[in-house]
Amino acid sequence: MKKTIIIIGAGIAGMEAATFLGSMEHNVILLEKDQEPGGHLKNWQKLFPTLRYGKEILSFLQEGIKIAKVDLKCNAIINNITKNNNTFIVNYSHQQQEINIEADAILVTTGYDTFDATKKEEYGYGIYDNVITSADLEKIFTTGKPIITAKGDPPKKIGFVHCVGSRDEKVGHVYCSKVCCVTGVKQAIEIKELLPQCDVFCFYMDMRMYGMHFEAMYKKAQEEYGVTFIRGRVSEACENIDGSILIKVEDTLAARPLKMSVDLLVLLIGFVPSEGSKMVGNMLGLQTGVNGFYKTADQHALTNISNVPGVFFAGACTSPKTITNTITDARAAASTIARYLENNPIFQRKLT
Amino acid sequence: MSNFFGYQIHNDRQINFDNNDLYIIKYVDSLEPTLKTCISCGTCTATCTATQFTNFNLRKLITMLRRGENNIKEEINKCMLCGKCSLVCPRGVNTRNVILAIKKTINYFNL
Repeated sequence: MKKTIIIIGAGIAGMEAATFLGSMEHNVILLEKDQEPGGHLKNWQKLFPTLRYGKEILSFLQEGIKIAKVDLKCNAIINNITKNNNTFIVNYSHQQQEINIEADAILVTTGYDTFDATKKEEYGYGIYDNVITSADLEKIFTTGKPIITAKGDPPKKIGFVHCVGSRDEKVGHVYCSKVCCVTGVKQAIEIKELLPQCDVFCFYMDMRMYGMHFEAMYKKAQEEYGVTFIRGRVSEACENIDGSILIKVEDTLAARPLKMSVDLLVLLIGFVPSEGSKMVGNMLGLQTGVNGFYKTADQHALTNISNVPGVFFAGACTSPKTITNTITDARAAASTIARYLENNPIFQRKLT
Repeated sequence: MSNFFGYQIHNDRQINFDNNDLYIIKYVDSLEPTLKTCISCGTCTATCTATQFTNFNLRKLITMLRRGENNIKEEINKCMLCGKCSLVCPRGVNTRNVILAIKKTINYFNL
């Protein structure tokens, strides 16, 4: 029987889940606060580990929602959500209109925000001109602008700081954001391709190359591009008189403190729970875990299920995820919702 | 008498990476390109016969060269060239040849 599902957030997870639910002949309404669908994928030029263009994935996802006849509403602002028995009433504003819509299930795909690097004041983001974030660097890649220092010179030395806003009690994010290590390796390779004469240094605590082909990419960065990896967490950055950035770190493998200047310092910022997640979470009464991401009904087996019956999760709103993980999770959520809507007995299973 | 006042002056232990010259490691890399893929795991050092009896540490020696701390002439002679390190390296670095390359580099630059 045809049911109505509202999906909140048209990022990777929202689009792919909408495609799968739409293809099951359900009525799917995909709400997006932004002007266009795609979420963070819009801001990423090339993707690890294959260096394929992000827009290829985006058009794949867009084709999906088109084929599956998903009702996509951009510039949609959700005002409130109420629950009446098993039906949700979602009130949202769209094109100066206030719309009420009834749904049988809600899928929350509100994603993540990037860490605000100004909170790590010791790295000088927002204070020194030559300190940028991985997202800023990606913007340079996407717009095709040259990689230059604040003074306009091509940099001779670039440093990458891993784990900025991740694995750090001082900023309240103790978890690993999963994607920054490999993003650092990817961006280091891209810089070496654009500026072969530039020396690139990565300062890491652990290189977490867990995914398929990540380790090969890391090795390639060493072997073919001569990227230098130094184990140690940068303690502070300060500005030299010429505008370059002096960094201090312990080279833990040499067991010696090390200082060096770089012309550009790139901070590999992590994932934080999104503002959108907080807003939607408050409306629906969704529980969050210790890290502030949504809490799933079970960490192993019920990863798409929330504490509110009829509300489901997919993507990076429950934990940091790669694009590959997010797409898989979205399809899993679609399948979970479809079984929920037909009252399938598999939902009687309990985990203690 | 040198410690009469209860204090002494230490040399700076900080690695000044801006001033250090990496010509030695670059030459070694050119003689044995597999060295570039070293991830400093320390397997070579764990299996090393010389390390059991001396303070020789191949992992650390390579790390120091990579930082331009080139005072390794005495250290390298502690290696007995048994080649066990080459058998265990997970990245396939020809570590025995690395030692020979370092020795060649020392001669080449007349260190």
